[in-house]
This record gives sequence, C-alpha cells and structure tokens, in this order.
Amino acid sequence: MTGAPVIVRVQTEDFDAAAEAARLAAGRRDAGAVVTFTGLCRDEGGRLSALELEHYPGMAEAEIGRICRKAVERFSLLGITAIHRVGKIAPGENIVLVIALAPHRHAAFDGASFVMDYLKTSAPFWKKEHFADGREGGWVDAKESDDRAREAWS
Amino acid sequence: MTKLVYFAWVRERIGKGEEEIDLPASVRTGGDLLAYLKTLGEDYAHALEHEKVIRIAINQEHVEHDEPILGAREIALFPPMTGG
Repeated sequence: MTGAPVIVRVQTEDFDAAAEAARLAAGRRDAGAVVTFTGLCRDEGGRLSALELEHYPGMAEAEIGRICRKAVERFSLLGITAIHRVGKIAPGENIVLVIALAPHRHAAFDGASFVMDYLKTSAPFWKKEHFADGREGGWVDAKESDDRAREAWS
Repeated sequence: MTKLVYFAWVRERIGKGEEEIDLPASVRTGGDLLAYLKTLGEDYAHALEHEKVIRIAINQEHVEHDEPILGAREIALFPPMTGG
C-alpha cells in the first residue's frame, strides 16, 4: 500500500519501543498486528564492555528507507518504523528497533524480519568491539549466515 | 574533483575519513578506482588489499565494482556492513 508511513531515524540516544509502537498504531482501525523487534548489545560472555557503531550519514537513513519501502510493498504493511542507534553502546542497551504494522500477524512478522535481514547486510553501519579489560578491539566481521538470511527472501 | 569517503577499517587504514581527489580519465569504474588508489601509497594498498571485499557506493547507493563512476559526486568505500 502506498502512503503507508515509513519512519526512519539514526540517533545516538536511546528509544522507547512501546512509545514508538503506540505512535505507529495510533488512530488505526485497520491494523490487526504490530510486531516490535529490539536488537540489544550483548557482552559475548563477559568479553565486551561496549560496541561502537559507525554509520554513513545520509546513506544509512536512505538505505533503511529503501528497505522499509520494499517491505511495505511486499507484505502490504500499514506502516513501519526503523530506528538505529550509533556511537558507543553498552551491553544490555538497545541498538536497533523495527516495528511493522499490518492487518494480520504473518505480514507483520515477515515485514519486521525482512527489514532486519536486509538492514544487517545492506545498511551502512559497522560495529567495533571494546573489550572489558579496556583494550580497543577490532571491527566485527560480517557473517555469512546474515548473507544467507537475506538471500532467503529473494 | 571527486569526493571520496571511507568508513570503518577502510577509513582507519587509509588514515582519513574523506578527501577530494582528481581522478585520471583512465579511471572509469569502481574497480578502476580501487586499482588506482592502491598506487597512491602503502596505506591505500593496505586498506584496499582485498579488493573483492570492499563495497562501493556512488552518490549514497550501493553499486557493483564494474559500475561506471562518470559524474559521481561522492564515492564511498567501506567493508561489508555489520549493523543491526
């Protein structure tokens, strides 16, 4: 459906998943399902003190927007919100939020999953590890399993 | 002049986040650009050592390495993405 709201933000500050979901669904009488996915920062068994997220300003927002619009079209979503944080993020904190609004649950689940699978491999963000012992770690390597997850949608 | 921007370990290895550069006319594609930059010094050669791994975006959209760069305002080089 064209005209479905697509809300994309890249920000350093935290987000409120419940408030964002309520905002996307506000006033809708045609929505039967809202799926909210939040990605968190893990400490990898105590190894990490933080992840540092770098992004390509402008393209990051544009690419997430392109992915979201594809999801809206493919799954006939009523709306979608995608928020990605950047900067230093500690274990337990939020990194990414995807909310998909649809008439029925399957479209909402699939829409959110599709956006996450594409976002991980196509949106220009990079994670650098910071170790718990104070050393600056390396850049996280891209995973083949993420590529396969994306390719499964094509 | 073409604006080049670099991210993550490509940026760290080249030692800068962006630069304006005058490209020779022989540099026609993204792949040509990588080959040319590798001749500019050890830092570039190190950053772009594994050419196939490097992702290219022209005017903030992903492109393949054989994409012509004619008329590009901004070309970005970066490693595979690891967001989400």
